[in-house]
Amino acid sequence: MTTAVDSTRSKRDAPYEGPLLDVRDLHVEFVTRDGVAKAVNGVDYSVRAGETLAVLGESGSGKSVTAQAIMGILDMPPARIPRGEIRFRGRDMLKMGKEERRKIRGQEIAMIFQDALSSLNPVLSVGFQLGEMFRAHQGASRKEARDKAVELMDRVRIPAAKQRVNDYPHQFSGGMRQRIMIAMALALEPDLIIADEPTTALDVTVQAQVMDLLAELQAEYNMGLILITHDLGVVADVADKIAVMYAGRIVETAPVHELYARPAHPYTRGLLDSIPRLDQKGQELYAIKGLPPNLLRIPKGCAFNPRCPRAQDRCRAEVPELYPVTEDDGAPLAGRGSACFFWKETLHDR
Amino acid sequence: MAEPILEVKDLVKHYPLSQGILFKKQVGAVKAVDGISFDLAKGETLGIVGESGCGKSTLAKVLMNLERATSGQVLFKGEDISKLSGQALKAVRRNIQMVFQDPYTSLNPRMTVGDIIGEPYEIHPEVAPKGDRRKAVQDLLDVVGLNPEYINRYPHQFSGGQRQRIGIARGLALKPEIIICDEPVSALDVSVQAQVINLLEQLQSEFELSYMFIAHDLSIVRHISDRVGVMYLGKMVEIGTDEQIYDNATHPYTQALLSAVPVPDPTARENRERIILSGDIPSPANPPSGCRFRTRCWKAEDRCAEEIPLLAVPSVLEGPAAHESACHFAEVRESAAA
Repeated sequence: MTTAVDSTRSKRDAPYEGPLLDVRDLHVEFVTRDGVAKAVNGVDYSVRAGETLAVLGESGSGKSVTAQAIMGILDMPPARIPRGEIRFRGRDMLKMGKEERRKIRGQEIAMIFQDALSSLNPVLSVGFQLGEMFRAHQGASRKEARDKAVELMDRVRIPAAKQRVNDYPHQFSGGMRQRIMIAMALALEPDLIIADEPTTALDVTVQAQVMDLLAELQAEYNMGLILITHDLGVVADVADKIAVMYAGRIVETAPVHELYARPAHPYTRGLLDSIPRLDQKGQELYAIKGLPPNLLRIPKGCAFNPRCPRAQDRCRAEVPELYPVTEDDGAPLAGRGSACFFWKETLHDR
Repeated sequence: MAEPILEVKDLVKHYPLSQGILFKKQVGAVKAVDGISFDLAKGETLGIVGESGCGKSTLAKVLMNLERATSGQVLFKGEDISKLSGQALKAVRRNIQMVFQDPYTSLNPRMTVGDIIGEPYEIHPEVAPKGDRRKAVQDLLDVVGLNPEYINRYPHQFSGGQRQRIGIARGLALKPEIIICDEPVSALDVSVQAQVINLLEQLQSEFELSYMFIAHDLSIVRHISDRVGVMYLGKMVEIGTDEQIYDNATHPYTQALLSAVPVPDPTARENRERIILSGDIPSPANPPSGCRFRTRCWKAEDRCAEEIPLLAVPSVLEGPAAHESACHFAEVRESAAA
């Protein structure tokens, strides 16, 4: 795409050492009538250019709240960020002013939401909404903006883009709408894309199309991608590394192959065991007992202890930190960590 | 196969499209279900898969007689129930119950759990006389793994998985023989899905239930189903046992659907051959001529536009792989998708 965003181009080409995004010890709370809900309790993760980080977790695990904190789109109050750093290219975004953050949002970090129909404005044409990016951020004229919108729609392979640029969101199918969301996120060629359950609302055949497109564009622009999902299948297909979240904490991090082959946290293990697989017709499914915790009353010690088959007294008293996971002989396993006192036993338990 | 408890013969459901304000005239029809036939045996689970808009939920509604069939027959133990009404319909409905997708909207927030599960007894008082109802409801709560003391609680006091158990308890209340599950676990978290699936299987063997299990998640359908039917745009395109469908799929649509399912195994991503379908599902108001899948099919030839392929066992298939498939060029794909 030969859009006139040369200013951002040259900046990107400047070599930048270190991760694009580095989240450190992030805490997010929501003040509610019934007390303080601790949605995120000390999350650390980082993403480099061209890398795909999958954040895996169930509803209420804090995966989406973390993303919203990164984007700076949390409603504050009721939300507040008592502690933590979100470094983008080495600079802490939480310390930036509103105007400065606004410039990063969209131009450097963009987000794709789950539900395309409710994320698009139903009374404006998609061409107008796509072009708005260029008019707001680059002062493009209406004519230029429209041309660029067509170009973007072509880019995400919407057939007959020229004829459809004036259509409204309801005139597109679910998969096409999600492509428009992707086009909008890509518009200003950001360095980092956060995709929050981008394919959950789509059918499997369309999901495959959309994920392929996303992966291809990511490779082309060498973007960092944070993929937030609960679908272990999608993660296996596209991720480089994975962070598993539970009750607002990261309980395990690992490169994708290692996580599936040898999980080091009982929760990850339980998740992997509880999915029925096409290639293994099972007997009874393994089910993790109990329910995810209420964020107003997170259990003492390890938050997973009431559901954990391995829980000991220690797990009910102390909160495990994210321990580095190593081989038996102490050889380090790059990128691996587990927030379980018994990661060693879990790792071997296969 | 055992004696079928439910036989569906050439079932059709069209929703008319009309135009004009004063003088309405029918200008077309949305062909939501367009000629579907299958049997369901006692104690069997039939999975129905397909993308949104393929008519699988409409099929469920027509079987429940919540929607009147345009034509065709639904035989329950040999009796056509699709044209029944009044008392006769009410009596038959007792035997076919439904579990809905969304446990958040399918339970009335102003009713207690006891009232929700006990409501079917108001309509069919013969199942549980008034004095016994509380006891019956508590037994049901126990059966689905909830504490019987929760009988006076409200739905909002339960999690999604627990609510789905309440929905299942309501479905069991009248001791039906068939339960139609429409996406019963798709709104639930992964760790809770397995619990509900296990509960459904356990109830099936306990009460000899027949399930029709509608879902878009192919791996869950395979896990629970004895036979699987694949729907596309109001038609059944392929039906067979789970091995026949998952290991020996012969219809191109089934093959594409299976290949698109993300496999939770990163080692599979390099050596997997994925069929990426182009385009979207066409409108059921104006389906393509001939084979409905031909607009997205890589095997399509002129013949597919002219001749509607019938759901039958193709002559090229032999042995255990032989099953019904509605394709002119049905064949098992080499290097079948895992």
